[in-house]
Amino acid sequence: MAKIISKINTRSQDFIDNAAHMQSQVDDLRAKLSDVKQGGGDRSRKRHTDRGKLLPRDRVNALLDNGSAFLEFSQLAAYKVYEDNVPCAGIITGIGRVGGQECVIVANDATVKGGTYYPLTVKKHIRAQTIAQENNLPCIYLVDSGGANLPNQDDVFPDKEHFGRIFFNQANMSAQSIPQIAVVMGSCTAGGAYVPAMADESIIVKEQGTIFLAGPPLVKAATGEVVSAEDLGGADVHCRTSGVTDHYAQNDHHALEIARSAVSNLNREKPVSIKFEAISEPEYDGSEIYGIIPKDTRQPYDVREVIARIVDGSNFDEFKALYGNTLVCGFAHIYGYPVGIVANNGVLFGESAEKGAHFIQLCAQRKIPLVFLQNITGFMVGKQYESGGIAKHGAKMVTAVATAQVPKFTILIGGSFGAGNYGMCGRAYDPRFLFMWPNSRISVMGGEQAAGVMAQVTRDKKEKLGESWSEEEELQFKKPIMENYEHQGHPYYASARLWDDGIIDPADTRHVLGLAISASLNKPIEDTKFGIFRM
Amino acid sequence: MFSKILIANRGEIACRIIKTAKEMGVLTVAVYSDADQDALHVHMADEAVYLGPSPSRESYLVADKVIEAAKMTGAQAIHPGYGFLSENADFCRACAQENITFIGPPVAAIEAMGSKSAAKSIMENANVPLVPGYHGDDQSADVIKAAADEMGYPVLLKATAGGGGKGMRQVWSEAEFNEGLAAAKREAMSSFGDDTMLVEKYLTQPRHVEIQVFCDNHQNAVYLFERDCSVQRRHQKVIEEAPAFKMSESLRAQMGEAAIKSAQAIGYQGAGTVEFLLDVDGSFYFMEMNTRLQVEHPVTEMISGQDLVEWQLRVAANEPLPKKQAELVLNGHAFEARIYAEDANNDFLPATGKLALLKTPIESKHVRIDTGVRQGDEVSVFYDPMIAKLIVWDENRDKALQRLAKALSEYRINGVTTNIDFLYNLATSKPFLDEDIDTGFIEKNNDLIFHKDSQSLANELPIAALYLVLSLQKKSSEAANLTTDPNSPWHLTNAWRLNEAHLHQLTLAHNEIEYDVSVEQKRQGTDSYYLINISNDNKVIQSVDCQGEIYNDLITVNINGHRSQATVSHVENNLSIYRENGVFSFSHILPDCGNLDSQDANGGLTAPMNGTMVSILVASGEQVEKDQALVIMEAMKMEHTIKAPSAGTVDEVFFNAGDMVDGGAELLAFTPTEDS
Repeated sequence: MAKIISKINTRSQDFIDNAAHMQSQVDDLRAKLSDVKQGGGDRSRKRHTDRGKLLPRDRVNALLDNGSAFLEFSQLAAYKVYEDNVPCAGIITGIGRVGGQECVIVANDATVKGGTYYPLTVKKHIRAQTIAQENNLPCIYLVDSGGANLPNQDDVFPDKEHFGRIFFNQANMSAQSIPQIAVVMGSCTAGGAYVPAMADESIIVKEQGTIFLAGPPLVKAATGEVVSAEDLGGADVHCRTSGVTDHYAQNDHHALEIARSAVSNLNREKPVSIKFEAISEPEYDGSEIYGIIPKDTRQPYDVREVIARIVDGSNFDEFKALYGNTLVCGFAHIYGYPVGIVANNGVLFGESAEKGAHFIQLCAQRKIPLVFLQNITGFMVGKQYESGGIAKHGAKMVTAVATAQVPKFTILIGGSFGAGNYGMCGRAYDPRFLFMWPNSRISVMGGEQAAGVMAQVTRDKKEKLGESWSEEEELQFKKPIMENYEHQGHPYYASARLWDDGIIDPADTRHVLGLAISASLNKPIEDTKFGIFRM
Repeated sequence: MFSKILIANRGEIACRIIKTAKEMGVLTVAVYSDADQDALHVHMADEAVYLGPSPSRESYLVADKVIEAAKMTGAQAIHPGYGFLSENADFCRACAQENITFIGPPVAAIEAMGSKSAAKSIMENANVPLVPGYHGDDQSADVIKAAADEMGYPVLLKATAGGGGKGMRQVWSEAEFNEGLAAAKREAMSSFGDDTMLVEKYLTQPRHVEIQVFCDNHQNAVYLFERDCSVQRRHQKVIEEAPAFKMSESLRAQMGEAAIKSAQAIGYQGAGTVEFLLDVDGSFYFMEMNTRLQVEHPVTEMISGQDLVEWQLRVAANEPLPKKQAELVLNGHAFEARIYAEDANNDFLPATGKLALLKTPIESKHVRIDTGVRQGDEVSVFYDPMIAKLIVWDENRDKALQRLAKALSEYRINGVTTNIDFLYNLATSKPFLDEDIDTGFIEKNNDLIFHKDSQSLANELPIAALYLVLSLQKKSSEAANLTTDPNSPWHLTNAWRLNEAHLHQLTLAHNEIEYDVSVEQKRQGTDSYYLINISNDNKVIQSVDCQGEIYNDLITVNINGHRSQATVSHVENNLSIYRENGVFSFSHILPDCGNLDSQDANGGLTAPMNGTMVSILVASGEQVEKDQALVIMEAMKMEHTIKAPSAGTVDEVFFNAGDMVDGGAELLAFTPTEDS
């Protein structure tokens, strides 16, 4: 294999400045996350632990195999979205190892608004289930939730992708032999009651877990019956009388041990069918990516420098290196797994799009997972390109991306604008996982371009009416548009709304991809049937 | 030579004797009790005869049964081992009556040494030195004081009727004597109603040095050098060595000759041990003679190159001694450590249990293990809880001592509490190394041996934590190779987290103090290192950077730049870190999963199905124990006994015998005891 030889000088002032800039963005992310990870704040955490309950992150840690990684999703979910502060959207989701098996874990955080479901809580829960379903991963639900957040019921209850979808997914995953295990560690009220009830196997903690369709207040209002929560739906009721739960746990730790045994009895083996090689570390340290990404986003750089810091041995066999060179395509390995890499090195031209479509066909045919490194301002515009058929060339790439059945992984390493987002496997194209770097931006076009377009339209209108528009006025007009694009295109804004699966430290890219690829291999890679390519 | 012998013993000594007998082509008969029906010595012997129930007074100590077994199997001789019947003159006599050779001394010798006071007067007459003393009837103070003055101070005053330290007094100088005598007499009178006193020379730092002697029936006698058995706890030897340290050739010869004189004084035959007290000035005094093969005989074998059991058999078969005194050469130095099932930290309380794991050091010319148990065997309450004798040999004492420490650190036993860590701490302690040893060694160095001084765990806690983290990774990589996805980064056990530190959280306890330890795996280039934070009561008490690797049980660590090694024993959740200066034990505390026994404690006591009440075994208000039968029901032609789920009170019984009961019906009201 060909080795990428880095041309980066790590002692140059540019490198040092870039690195400092990226470092400050990573530091800001970590600082925000360390707040978010505290959940509902000291008082509610204390109230939670005083009851003898483990905090949700401690539950996840205790459930996981000793030393297992936890690939957490959407840590910034619901960040600054609601008037209420809802850290992590009140739910912790991710992939971790239990009994040597990668599992999707969904853990309610009862310290955040009693673990109730805000619209984004539902979205995050369903996204975790989607990941489980697409990658054939067992689901373990650590339930401790008061159910739907009542003031937000209209955005939580009725629609297709709302609360009901959780149970629809449980039923259908169970039908696909994707194990569903629920551990009831707190309340499971109303709709929430269906999580353990729909599970293949369920565990309940004595004197902590309760399951009922209607809690004591609602029962009293409806029928006048006065009953305690424990007598209405505690562990004794459900393990001895109702049979809603299968295992009786003494405390949180015991419940999690039982869940671990349940996983160990699943009798599953990972159907890995790709040819892997011995792992070698990249020749260059992953943290050098910090110094490679220019501070000024308009400054170009060679994406191969990034690839060299992600793939095994920095080995990269490039495909059509001399053709359509604004798109870099090639074969490499990550943690020994073969991958096809598609990475932007400038704006997409017709040739680059055709090359991309060809390369994706190769990977789909050979069942090689695809990794997209997105840094794209869009397809080239202008008369020459339109008449050259850029739209149909772009369509070929979008068709290939949309229909390729190999696992796809997308990392937004820079801009993600316009149709470029589609061709490079944006969220709508069902990558198994999509992660963003803290420096990345996502919107239909760049803020400057959008402001420019809108200013031009306005100027045209004004000129038609014979009105004058000073440069000063135009700047005033453009400023809020640009600010709004910057705000909405920021990864925090995107991640808060679950347009991605989380923001990652660029230095962790290789490891995150390794974990994600390995997890995806729990599902056999299917054959691809492409759609019509417009020629 | 005999063609078949019976071994009237069990455990390691029975196995030891069988081993030599086999080498000599002599057939062996083992005897066993109920508890020992599957024991190692039974399997090793050519034949085995059942004696009786497990308690030794009903089996191994019943002389008639043993002799009957010998007659039945046609064994021509009986080897009694040590303990049990080995120094029983009646048994020896009974053997003679049945024409069976007793492999040991003549009856007269056993009897002569059986009484300590009689033995002393025999020795006195034979000019064997005894501890100077006055045992006379003249109790006048002047006479006693004159005797004390003559033997030299310090002296020990003892009430002849005494015991338990009462009426016993050390007197350190002539000036204190009268006062001391008066006080001792007062105490003796009030305690025993008898103030008769004796006075003996008080040895301040006595050593226990014993001589191995051998006599045959042809007037030959030799001594096979000495053993130092000074390290004792409650009169039980702990670590023995041969030769004794600080022993000159001339003293060895003097003691050896005195020992032979002692043996000859009683017409001794076979293997015997003459025990002396050795004072710091080189004077030695006869204590007693053991007329059997001693537990610690292997150290003598290691330095003399002789097989003492073979010698015993030859002498018993009327052969002359295999070697003459001049042919015996002392070579190197040997130690024996007695590995016991006992809790050294709890006053050496004997322990019992199943040897779930038993891994010994590898035997070689340097390491020998005499044992009578295998993995899976039970250490029962019926017999001595010795698991094995670990014997090491090397050219000199220092080297042998290193061998001993290393071998002890390689011993792995689980299921039973052992004294291995205690032995290791003893063997690696400085005074032991420095030969600063007398019979008070363990009491004097108690704090040192039990790590009671506030030892810093600065290195040992991080090593324990690092070992756990490294062995986790090692186990995972081994398991990874057996999966369909061996490359997966999910096999790493670095506790990787997205956008936060990768932390292992552990709780380790040492001497019942719990420490919370966090181990953060960090990377510097391609190297991993670990940042270890140790806290106690939420206060960080130590932070270290370290690196390390493990190879089998050996861990190499670099802590804050200091590179060192340790052997680690990791059995279940117990870790012992063997260091140059002792062993440090930790338990890895796992999360509390609650009291699993109480799962059913709060449940109703309900009928398992439709049926008939057969009998009610308890009355309302009755206190019951856990698992006590409460009522019996009959259903589907089967009887079902309903038992108490925990200790508690039966408040009310809802049915009578003969009643029909519906499935699920509550049978009785039950209140568990609060703390159950």
